Amino acid sequence: MATQQTTTAGRILVAPSVILLFIWMIVPLVMTLYFSTLHYSLLDPDNVSFVGLANYTSFISDPNFIAALINTLVLVVSVLIISVCGGILVALLMDQPVFGQNVLRLMVIAPFFVMPTVSALVWKNLLMNPDSGFFAWIAHALHLQPVVWFTNWPMLSIVIIVSWEWLPFASLILLTALQSLDEEQKEAAALDGAGAISYFGYIVLPHIARAITVVILIETIFLLSVFAEIYVTTSGGPGVATTNIPFLVYKQALLDFDVGGASAGGIIAVILANIVAIFLMRMIGRNLEG
Amino acid sequence: MAMKKSTRERVGITILAWVVAFLIFFPILWTFLTSFKSELDAIAMPPKFLFFHWTLENYLEVQSRSNYLRFASNSIILSIGANIVGLIIAVPAAWSMAFAPGRWTKDLLMWMLSTKMMPAVGVLVPIYLIARTLHLLDSLIGIGLVLLLINLPLLVWMLYTYFKEIPVDILEAARMDGASLLNEIVYVLTPMAVPGIASTMLLAVILSWNEAFWTLNLTTSAAAPLTQFIASFSAPEGFFWAKLSAASTLAIAPILILGWFSQKQLVRGLTFGAVK
Repeated sequence: MATQQTTTAGRILVAPSVILLFIWMIVPLVMTLYFSTLHYSLLDPDNVSFVGLANYTSFISDPNFIAALINTLVLVVSVLIISVCGGILVALLMDQPVFGQNVLRLMVIAPFFVMPTVSALVWKNLLMNPDSGFFAWIAHALHLQPVVWFTNWPMLSIVIIVSWEWLPFASLILLTALQSLDEEQKEAAALDGAGAISYFGYIVLPHIARAITVVILIETIFLLSVFAEIYVTTSGGPGVATTNIPFLVYKQALLDFDVGGASAGGIIAVILANIVAIFLMRMIGRNLEG
Repeated sequence: MAMKKSTRERVGITILAWVVAFLIFFPILWTFLTSFKSELDAIAMPPKFLFFHWTLENYLEVQSRSNYLRFASNSIILSIGANIVGLIIAVPAAWSMAFAPGRWTKDLLMWMLSTKMMPAVGVLVPIYLIARTLHLLDSLIGIGLVLLLINLPLLVWMLYTYFKEIPVDILEAARMDGASLLNEIVYVLTPMAVPGIASTMLLAVILSWNEAFWTLNLTTSAAAPLTQFIASFSAPEGFFWAKLSAASTLAIAPILILGWFSQKQLVRGLTFGAVK
């Protein structure tokens, strides 16, 4: 169908996007790779030398790296579990024909549109502050000792905040998937006298399995890069209790001015993200065929 | 579930649904309420729900003390400006990919998507150094360019999925009638493409407005948008909850309203068409 004229025009039209993205991603990535083999500190920019893989070995053998890696995994996995399991429940609930359904949906999706710095600071102060926060009041009302969230449970606090941000996303995607469930299938299940649990297990879950996978993969990509929430609440502390890989790289680059070390950390982050990305790309690519 | 339910069950589900939605929404509601309190009422124990002296002073103070409007206008300029330029680049690309796909179109799309999966820290160091060398740190041009580039793959993808839904027959009919490429674009394609372009723009604006890795790392004051302004409340002096709440309400209200209009596009955009 495409004529010679249109394909040439097509190439010209696509070119700007491709060139820009190429400059944006490939060039800096190659630079990161190059920097990662250098001894290069911004505090001493004249003294640059090639050190091979030394940055990688020192980054990986740094105890902070292991801590950050574990923190990253804890954060990603906990938020995934909370937001996906919670998201399924919320989506099922929002799929019910209840009074004021539309308003309910708006309320549930709202947290996703809140900028990360706002959610983090609102939670840290208005809700989680151990003296005058809302949770402290609940604790008092129940005659319990208020939890000193960010001192005693720093990672849990971050997990809660980030889960609140991502639960709406999971709910919305899963709700969309639920809504495409065939009415006839629902009725057939009802006629066969399927109970709620077998209905969920045999009809609903298989139907939304693909959407769940997509949610998990997309959330993982974003959760591997959580930054602002940590930046404005704990700055990675106390100690390195809430330092994840992005924050560690940021610290090394912009606070310690160690270009070489931070670049090695950046490359490690890229490798981690790519492991997930490959699976996601395959799923989306399969969709593109159809 | 379509199964018949007793009235009691239905009332129960309704109440449960409202309780859950309320709990999820509560932090936003609480921020909104706190923004109208005095600083003393804001930290009152037990908390004051509705019966406090309502005041607008926090909103006035946020503006007079820290020039809220400058940050807000930076946010507006960046999120709208960057994405208008983005659309100018992305629309032709998506158009040609959807209507005149070449042998490499699919690979190109996948490659564009893959750039979106690259974690920002992977390129933080070179981008920071380049921006510093070119004097683009804390400049609207610098951060605007970054916002444009991180959204570009999403723009192309979303537009592509929308354009794909425009029936090709219509284009062929126009071609048979002797419409030139330009005529085809102006009279046939544009009217059908506008809704898709609008929703793409909407989602892109929302994402740029809330972007908080590059805006925190590449801006400090002159070009700083609202994300950075709110972050300045992380090390405050004295009472600040009511002011933080007022600033937060102002920062999230416009985007919340836009967001509510764009739920459907959000699903399509953020899953790259994998869930519709």
